[in-house]
Amino acid sequence: MTEQTQTPTSQYVLECRDVSRTFMIGRGPFTEKRPLRAVQDISLQVRRGEVLAVVGESGCGKTTLAKMLLGLLEPTAGDILYEGVPISSVDRRDVARRIQPVFQDPYSSLNPRKTLAQIISLPLDVHKIGTPAERKARVEEIMELVGLPRRLLYSYPSQLSGGQRQRVAIARALAMKPEILVCDEPTSALDVSVQAQILNLLQELRDELNLTYVFISHNLAVVEHMSTRVAVMYLGRLIEFGMADQVFDHPRHPYTQALLDSVLTPEPQYSLPNIAMGRGFPNPLNPPSGCAFHPRCPHATELCQWAQPQPLAADGGTVECHLHSDPDAMAKSPRINEQKASAA
Amino acid sequence: MAPNDTAKATATWNGASADDFEVDAPSPGAVMRRRARRHLGLIIGGTVVLIAVICALFAPLIAPFDPYDQELTRKLINPIWGKGGTWTHPFGTDALGRDLLSRVIYGTQISLTIGVLAATLAGVIGSTLGMIGGYFGGRVDAVIMYLINCKLALPPLLVALSVVSVFGGSIPVLILVMAALFWDRYAVVTRAATQQIRSNDFVTAAEAVGCSKTRIILREVLPNILNQIIVIASLEMALAILVEAVLSFFGLGVQPPTPSWGLLVNEGRQYMFFKPYLITIPGLAIFFLVLSINMMGDGIRDITAPEGRN
Repeated sequence: MTEQTQTPTSQYVLECRDVSRTFMIGRGPFTEKRPLRAVQDISLQVRRGEVLAVVGESGCGKTTLAKMLLGLLEPTAGDILYEGVPISSVDRRDVARRIQPVFQDPYSSLNPRKTLAQIISLPLDVHKIGTPAERKARVEEIMELVGLPRRLLYSYPSQLSGGQRQRVAIARALAMKPEILVCDEPTSALDVSVQAQILNLLQELRDELNLTYVFISHNLAVVEHMSTRVAVMYLGRLIEFGMADQVFDHPRHPYTQALLDSVLTPEPQYSLPNIAMGRGFPNPLNPPSGCAFHPRCPHATELCQWAQPQPLAADGGTVECHLHSDPDAMAKSPRINEQKASAA
Repeated sequence: MAPNDTAKATATWNGASADDFEVDAPSPGAVMRRRARRHLGLIIGGTVVLIAVICALFAPLIAPFDPYDQELTRKLINPIWGKGGTWTHPFGTDALGRDLLSRVIYGTQISLTIGVLAATLAGVIGSTLGMIGGYFGGRVDAVIMYLINCKLALPPLLVALSVVSVFGGSIPVLILVMAALFWDRYAVVTRAATQQIRSNDFVTAAEAVGCSKTRIILREVLPNILNQIIVIASLEMALAILVEAVLSFFGLGVQPPTPSWGLLVNEGRQYMFFKPYLITIPGLAIFFLVLSINMMGDGIRDITAPEGRN
């Protein structure tokens, strides 16, 4: 492989620079199309061997970001760099060799008409790696690595349990020895006991193969367990990004604080958390003015209603909130959402 | 379930953790074979179709006479159940003294050739268009939907009649005309099925691996919609056999003296009132073959229908 030839300037294995993706949404060919900004101006960096967790509510653009990282969607603006080289300038198949996905639903991510041997060796077949005998040996090696018994080689996905299926999906992703795995909610479709097994497997594989993970999840317990860096997304924007301990111990953005407060504890004496978020997730086709979070933010002021906060670099991460970038203006500006703040 | 089976199942259940639990489900092929053995319609239909295929393939060995051999001294002999019928001509002879049984047996060759080839060719055209439209979506899909709508606006029998009357009624012309007329149902069904398959993560996974679009359509999508295509193929095949019979009956299809079933009905038309068997026997042949093919198609649909997930 050409791993030794990487440029010395690339201290990050994966980097996003102001990445945006806008979809034009229209009902039929004769209506006016409206822009949906699924991902806006995201900048983040991941070092080799790290686990970047991307968290956020449904519809905040996590999956769109994942598809762009995989090279399946092109950003409408900005660059995704792989070891300092823009992905757009790299051949699609070379991207595929280095970045592979693991999907949420192991029931839809495996072709029901194919045997495990066919599924796992698909990447090897497509890239014409090795002779058929070598591919078979590699498939068996990987199955052992992810803890699948060899006798399942010619089984069909319908004969497997959910956890086993997810192992197959991981095996397929690892077949070409990629450097980055993009895991899109890899455990949320599984039973709790199986979730732990899959997470442990991912941890072991990371140590063993020096993998880098981009871990998309809304399960903060999982994220806290796994990640070294956290990116919090809200309505397509990266509102907070930083090292995992930093974000979990000292969340700075009010949304991150609310997210962490929303984690359920198994302690019976605590009831459901009250996070005072008010109304639901805004319509992405008609996002709020200013800071997109202001209608739900307990600290929002009139400034937040009209001014979009700029990302503020601090402590090795960024945060996008007027509370941190303009503390003086925030103190002077009259507060809105008063009742919510008092309820909290 | 036998008592020791239950015991074994319980033992496995107790001894295994959630992920180790042995899922001893049969493979998709085994499920299909098991359902096929219980499906009466499929067995009956399949048997009749199998007999027809054997007749077509081994017609020279099975047929007692040459279907073109005229023997005017033995014309219009009644079938075995009629007055003066003999075992030499179990289905009797026609107005030119040709053995009707032999002509019906050779007729299966015409019907099946036209049915299979027209249905296959139409299937290739329709499934290709349907899968492309369903997979790519957007403008490509709009163009293909437009083509399908144009095709649906054509009256098939009228077009077939006019084309055949211009180019003459040979078997290749019939096959091509029917292939060009019967692809729309394939396209509609494969398009919808492809849209549904496409939204599965295994298609995204194949894209992420770097598969070409062609490979994804042929290797990932096609195997999952092949069942539906086979079911439609059986229906279209039956339809093609019927249309061939209709065209031949009108004298616009296969030309005499070729023993097409539609042509046999047409030739028997003038003797309808005193030698009705000349019409009923080839008519029943058409009826049973088309019915059996439809029953077989329904059976295939039933045995390949997914149960629950996958």
